[in-house]
Amino acid sequence: MLKCRNVWKKLAPLARASSTVCRQNVRRAGLPNGRIPARVPVAHMSTGPTGGGGENHLYVLLVGAACLGGGIYAYQTIKGDQQRYQDRINEISSRSQKAATEEPTTPIQSEPPAVKASKTEAVPEPETQAAPSPEEPSPPVPDVELAAAPSETAEPPPEPSPPSEPSPAELTEPPPAPVVESEPTAAAAAESPSAEPPEPQPEVVAVSGVDSTPASLKVPSHTPYLLIGGGTASFAAARSIRARDPGAKVLIVTDEPDLPYMRPPLSKELWFSDDPSVTETLRFKQWNGKERSIYFQPASFYINPEELDSAENGGVAVLTGKKVVQMDVRGNKVKLDDETEISYDKCLIATGGVPRNLQVIERAGEEVTQKTTLFRKIDDFKSLDKVTRNIKSITIIGGGFLGSELACALGRRSHESDLEVIQMYPEKGNMGKVLPEYLSNWTTEKVKREGVKVITEALVKSVTCKDDKLEIQLKDGRLVKTDHIVAAVGLEPNVDLAKSAGLEVDSDFGGYRVNAELQARSNIWVAGDAACFYDIRLGRRRVEHHDHAVVSGRLAGENMTGANKPYWHQSMFWSDLGPDVGYEAIGIVDSSLPTVGVFAKATAKDTPKAATEQSGTGIRSESETEDTATSPVASSTPAPAMEQHKDDYGKGVIFYLRDKVVVGIILWNVFNRMPIARKIIKDGEEHADLNEVAKLFNIHED
Amino acid sequence: MSSIREEGKDQIIFVTKEDHATPSSAELVEEDPNDPYEERGLILPSGEINWNCPCLGGMASGPCGTDFKDAFSCFHYSKEEVKGSECLEQFRAMQECMQRYPELYPQEDDKVSETDKTSQDSASAEISGANSTSPTVQDSNTTQPNTEGSVES
Repeated sequence: MLKCRNVWKKLAPLARASSTVCRQNVRRAGLPNGRIPARVPVAHMSTGPTGGGGENHLYVLLVGAACLGGGIYAYQTIKGDQQRYQDRINEISSRSQKAATEEPTTPIQSEPPAVKASKTEAVPEPETQAAPSPEEPSPPVPDVELAAAPSETAEPPPEPSPPSEPSPAELTEPPPAPVVESEPTAAAAAESPSAEPPEPQPEVVAVSGVDSTPASLKVPSHTPYLLIGGGTASFAAARSIRARDPGAKVLIVTDEPDLPYMRPPLSKELWFSDDPSVTETLRFKQWNGKERSIYFQPASFYINPEELDSAENGGVAVLTGKKVVQMDVRGNKVKLDDETEISYDKCLIATGGVPRNLQVIERAGEEVTQKTTLFRKIDDFKSLDKVTRNIKSITIIGGGFLGSELACALGRRSHESDLEVIQMYPEKGNMGKVLPEYLSNWTTEKVKREGVKVITEALVKSVTCKDDKLEIQLKDGRLVKTDHIVAAVGLEPNVDLAKSAGLEVDSDFGGYRVNAELQARSNIWVAGDAACFYDIRLGRRRVEHHDHAVVSGRLAGENMTGANKPYWHQSMFWSDLGPDVGYEAIGIVDSSLPTVGVFAKATAKDTPKAATEQSGTGIRSESETEDTATSPVASSTPAPAMEQHKDDYGKGVIFYLRDKVVVGIILWNVFNRMPIARKIIKDGEEHADLNEVAKLFNIHED
Repeated sequence: MSSIREEGKDQIIFVTKEDHATPSSAELVEEDPNDPYEERGLILPSGEINWNCPCLGGMASGPCGTDFKDAFSCFHYSKEEVKGSECLEQFRAMQECMQRYPELYPQEDDKVSETDKTSQDSASAEISGANSTSPTVQDSNTTQPNTEGSVES
């Protein structure tokens, strides 16, 4: 616009000059002749455009063209600006929708000129919100119109200066069609989650005149405690909050369709169940023989999100199938993927993580990715269970906890069915990053005995699909053919909200960086797999284990209710690899640290199978009778000649040292000693003789 | 005799039962009974009830949490000859609430005795003192499924 004017300004004098000269020429020429000739005599002043009358036409043409061009340019610029402006208004109004829900009675504020211009556009849409009754929009409307009139200019409407956040200003327009459309989609989305979890009506709290909001189903617009993520840490925090703050109202928002459940049985106990409907019931037998569901609580424990506000004694509500996409830390609110906004007093981020994948698989194409499972959720368990019943060969890539547990679980299944189970990983032995080499080697032998074909020091170079079979090419040339792949190569912590919330992400360990009290910023805590926290004893770390999720979730819940306690109670973890190998561990258990292992000779009694009553954890799904029947078999494995005293790591304690201080302990086939281990780590003392420390564990006894 | 072996940075010691027969000379730091950071058992050092104790499972946090807290607090602070005898009203209210959620609070005949059991646990917890988390309670992961199993499922 301005450019155009400048150009015009420059042209104008020239045009004027040329026009005057032309006219002068014409007059001069015309006067003596008494008429205006069609053409000016060729000989004329040096000034002025050449060509006389012809030049007159030319001049007219030139100016005309310039005008036209300028006009077109101006028109397009205005249109473009208006469009940009419109987009901006839409964006703001969609933001303001949620804010608007909190202030249902906020009178419509004086329109920024933006709105006036928007009226001229006649479109601003996403209206769906706030409260103002149909009457309210009308009075301001005439005002706006009046204001609008004078502001009608060719200039692009000025950028709306921060429209007052809840600018129900936008609401002045009778909510147009798009709003009504969004309603049915919201309702449809609401139908889809299964009946069992409380209906997560992705609702809009307040209703504008035209909207026909489905009866009552509304997501609360404000909740005192908001927990993002519906896993173990979140549930532990919810429980903690409810215990400490009587009548607390807790809202859990999760993008999974399921209520909070525990993960360990998905790779252990559930696979050992005899029940053919286990994928539906998701029930397993605990160490004490009692059956339970993987869900922490049945659905009746929770209340519906829409009842949260009015619940007299508060409660825990779970909103499933909704993802938090944006966080406004200053405004203390979050935005969901369906544009709903929820404000909070205290917020917990417990978003966990997403399984990592191998790059070679990601790049390998659709056929390969369809035959690959990334294992983490209930759905993954269900689909893997189905897949393994129909194929001949499965390969697990990854030699850590998940990979090894799945390999053993599937290996066990392979005894009954015809399934070939292969496990491959870059390390030298199973749990190579956790167990010292000698123990890792020993464990690998055990895994092989579970029926698993183990391929160590295997780096995957490429994966292709040929004749409906997958071909895995390793870097050393070996080729492995299989029907299905399970990639268990780590977890990527989910830090999607870091950007919008302005939260720090740790570059060493990944995850949100929080202090020893698990706090990221005021009113925001992080717990579970996604939290990189400061452990007063062991330093900054990020832990991806179940018990840590429980401990940190509980701690975060306590701190959200004012406790201000640091991470102090050390969490532990455990793993079972077949009936002979079970261990519990605590602290930093990294195979790169120097270790001291103290072992006793194992007897038949020292296996997970035998320790059913006493042990606290792990797969102990067999009943007691079954147990005694098979234990003679179990005992024969450690006994035979090849298991010399040297290589017999039946049971013992392994200490992990850092600067001569014990920072991690593994209890190898020794159970119920965790409190002692915890105490040793808590003390953080330098012990001269670790054998003496090992005595505290009484490893020779049960 | 114990045998010691080195494999690189890792030391391996094999011990017989006799080797470990003598008491340990390792020194452990004395526990501070008032350590504010420590995980507590059912009863806090101040005498109050720790509603967040894993031993309670979901009792204090579920839909009947308020009723449970009322009943149990009444019992805990009761100074009567027969402890809790004046708390019948609260216990009845709690039982009514629990009957509304049979899935969460399975209706066994000894619903009341379960609560008694919890009270007894608390008594023993008080006795064990500062380091009051009983072994069954110590490890959070065991308590979660464990207590779930005993109380809820």
